[in-house]
Amino acid sequence: MTVAADRDAAFLAGIDQLADAIAAVHADDVDRGARFPTETIDALREQRALSALVPAEYGGDGISFEAVAQACFVLGRRCGASAMVFAMHQIQVATIVRHLDGSPWFEDYLRELVADQRLIASVTSEVGTGGDMSRSVAALTPIDGDPARATFEKQAPTVSYGAYADDLLVTLRASPDAGPGDQVAVLARQSDTTLEPTGTWDPLGMRGTCSPGYVVRAEVPVAQVMGAPFPSISTESMVPISHLLWSHIWLGIATDAFDRARAFVRAAARRAPGEPVPAAMKLSHVMTQLSLLRAEVHSAMQDWTEAEADRERLSTMAFALRFNNLKLAASEQAPRVCQQAMGVCGIVGFKNDTPFSIGRHLRDSMSASLMVANERIHQTNAGLLLIAKEV
Amino acid sequence: MSFPAVREIVSEHGRLSVDVTTLSDDDSLYEAGMTSHASVNVMLALEDAYDVEFPDEMLKRSVFESVGSISSALSQLDVQVA
Repeated sequence: MTVAADRDAAFLAGIDQLADAIAAVHADDVDRGARFPTETIDALREQRALSALVPAEYGGDGISFEAVAQACFVLGRRCGASAMVFAMHQIQVATIVRHLDGSPWFEDYLRELVADQRLIASVTSEVGTGGDMSRSVAALTPIDGDPARATFEKQAPTVSYGAYADDLLVTLRASPDAGPGDQVAVLARQSDTTLEPTGTWDPLGMRGTCSPGYVVRAEVPVAQVMGAPFPSISTESMVPISHLLWSHIWLGIATDAFDRARAFVRAAARRAPGEPVPAAMKLSHVMTQLSLLRAEVHSAMQDWTEAEADRERLSTMAFALRFNNLKLAASEQAPRVCQQAMGVCGIVGFKNDTPFSIGRHLRDSMSASLMVANERIHQTNAGLLLIAKEV
Repeated sequence: MSFPAVREIVSEHGRLSVDVTTLSDDDSLYEAGMTSHASVNVMLALEDAYDVEFPDEMLKRSVFESVGSISSALSQLDVQVA
């Protein structure tokens, strides 16, 4: 094996162990309490997993994106909320790494992220944009008399694990005169930020992500504004990476739902050897649906791996359609698999306290179509399909 | 003013918040208020007006960034842009 493959394998061995020994153990309590998965995130910090994607030249472990996506899958099988916190953090790290553009401040920031295992949350959604991440209302506003600093105030309908993050990556209009689509991304340290809660957090699923709304206010040095315009950051990195990592989690959740259904069928078969097990037929149907989900997730990863260095290609409509479709297909398929798996298990799948419980999986997977609403993505795709040639 | 025919299409379909004649060839249409959705309509109108098809590799933000970039893309498709 190459050195890089060894590093990936060691990283994934650590994640496997942590997923079983920690994430799985606390998953039900995290879910019941709608509480932050502290134990899992602490364990990820101990394994330096929060800086996995940081290249070695900044002190990170230079783990491949494929291995991080696999880690999202592995964690998703054990605790969807822990996996989602992990994935959302990695999306921010990957985005910063891919758009460093030689910024000394961001290079130093990566070194600090490695040393302190800082957790980054994102503040991209905003009240008043109708869920359209490519528009902002709040603006980065220069401070009179101090050209090196700026302020902002943003009304965020959800900030996942906002209260637990060390830093926030925030989208804003570039200046008070900028149009809604003229956006930048700004890194704000929690210590420079105040979060004023605007609601409570008691959702159906993904309860451990702790994502209430906040008014986010901060004063930041302008060196913390990423150099590239946010529309290119979004197209070339943030959107496809989000869809890839999320869909690996949803595949993980659906896979565990399938595994529980299979365990149920095996238990039934053992109780009555030689007798037909009606649920076994249903399980076969679930497998068909799971394999479609897996195929879409894996082929999207392959498409990404072939194109990830080619920014021009990533910015084409054909690619936008590809990764939007991944999100749509995976987010619709994962709850379908979970629901069918519950149908296999029957009442013991419906109950929350059996080895075959699938309620959490079903509820967690139902968040998938809301994380950037599918109807909005369909609307975007509908426009792109008018002009794209090969899809 | 250069590329008046392209400007007319941009003006009709780009939903700019400013008058297209006030923009230079290189000024960003996105900064002038063109949304991604409006840019699709600009592309469709250009394909229709010049009887061309933009290949997928040209269908990206940077190609439709400005009057100048649109005009040079059209030239690459052998369209005589006035």
